[in-house]
Amino acid sequence: MTRRRPLAALAAGVLGIGTLATVLVAIEALIRATIINPFVVPLPSAVVAAIPRIFAEENVGHRFWQTAQEAIWASALLVVIGIGVGVALHRWRNVRLATETWIAALAAAPIVLMYPLFLVIFGRSATTIVMIGFVAALPPVILKTLEGLQGARPVLIRVGRSFRLTERQLFWKILLPAALPTIFVGLRLGLIFALINIVGVEFLINFGGLGQLINELAERYDLPGTYAAILFVVLVSVLFFMLMERIERWLRPMS
Amino acid sequence: MRTLDTGIPEPAFIGEGGDHALEVEHVSKHFDTAEGSFVAVDDVSLAVRPGEFLSVIGPSGCGKSTLFNIIGGLLPGSAGRVSVGSSVITGPHPSIGMVFQEESTFPWRTVVENVAFPLEITGVAKVERLARARHFIELVGLAGFERSYPAELSGGMRQRVAIARTLVSEPRILLMDEPFAALDEQTRLLLGDKVLQIQQALAQTTLLITHNITEAVQLSDRVLVMTYRPGRVKRMVAIDLPRPRTSEVVGSDAFGRYVAAIWNDLREEASRGIRDDESRVRRKR
Repeated sequence: MTRRRPLAALAAGVLGIGTLATVLVAIEALIRATIINPFVVPLPSAVVAAIPRIFAEENVGHRFWQTAQEAIWASALLVVIGIGVGVALHRWRNVRLATETWIAALAAAPIVLMYPLFLVIFGRSATTIVMIGFVAALPPVILKTLEGLQGARPVLIRVGRSFRLTERQLFWKILLPAALPTIFVGLRLGLIFALINIVGVEFLINFGGLGQLINELAERYDLPGTYAAILFVVLVSVLFFMLMERIERWLRPMS
Repeated sequence: MRTLDTGIPEPAFIGEGGDHALEVEHVSKHFDTAEGSFVAVDDVSLAVRPGEFLSVIGPSGCGKSTLFNIIGGLLPGSAGRVSVGSSVITGPHPSIGMVFQEESTFPWRTVVENVAFPLEITGVAKVERLARARHFIELVGLAGFERSYPAELSGGMRQRVAIARTLVSEPRILLMDEPFAALDEQTRLLLGDKVLQIQQALAQTTLLITHNITEAVQLSDRVLVMTYRPGRVKRMVAIDLPRPRTSEVVGSDAFGRYVAAIWNDLREEASRGIRDDESRVRRKR
């Protein structure tokens, strides 16, 4: 693996943060000059200033943890069921041919709009939120798992056969590790879908973590608070990505 | 049977008595395609003596890879049989270790983990399998790279990892399908030296499938020349060059005579292959 030179990495980091800071300063200036309407977009400085307040008054830490927990459950379901279904479809060709198009179509469906149905089934609870996040994220995980398994290089399977691996060994020792990088692409995509839907449903049914908080703050017309809460949604996603990367590197050091 | 222009008498290669490590008897293979059935391998017989290095050479499309897969037990033949000692091959056999043409190391495993793989499958204890893997890594000249990943190695190094991985299970017969096809000529020659050195050290019975004449003559005790489609045995050539051999042998007169003789046989076959390809393309147009 080629490691980037530390200086170049530092420069890239500085450039990234610098760009963000510049944009924020520009927005701040445009709002102060009332070119952007301050009643529509809050001052970035006010958003930053609102962070301690939503900690103290809105208990954002707890909300953050609720949303994160829902995302953890949805991810766990995705790993077990999403990858499981992908593996099953790889194994049974006819089932795959019969369902693959439908699963791809499901990827484009706005699952979140089905929230009333989920409410009827699971009640106004965290389960509803987790389930919608999970179902919405299912297609990319299934399809990428399938793609990864189908994309395993045939010669590696022939190597396995020449060493007389059982079907089970062939799967665990060759197919799955070969498919792992693609499966992780699916999981990363799935996690994005899941998180968007989780926060969206929290917002819609006014229940649970950050989505509900954003809903409340928006209703109160507390724009700096709303945007500050949105920052925490971004934080959840960043933390999940970092965790995912850790797990992937642990499972497959060279990918 | 014809005699070679080199004046070297042609040896019999089947039914000559003595034990054989591997016997291929009247093996044929036909494939059914949309354009009808075609014969890839037609009545091929050969026998490899213990400790011998035998090469099978032929033009592209002569069915040598098909033969490789049949001997390796990855593909059933349509007729005939392949046997190792007293057992007939019906699937991958523990006595036969295969090295493939394509890059076949596991990218998610380090060199030592790659080489130890077959031992892991057969349940050899970790300490022992790592020790044995290290021994074979040293043998192929990759000591110091145990903890590297294949992506960090060159193509030639990766192919040596694949060879070590096959050797570690100590197969009676090493079966290789153009293992150096993807490498440049210089690497190929030097790697040939390495393979010969290992083959001599282990007295490893080896069957090499190749389309490279230099490689076949450099390495082999005998070379079996195949015809183009259907793949039949055209001739068996005994390579009577002194051992131990190194790639320097490439410069000798005798070497040149063997190469010329084999090319003489192959030229007809290869040109037939090219004409065949051209007419096939013409028909499709």
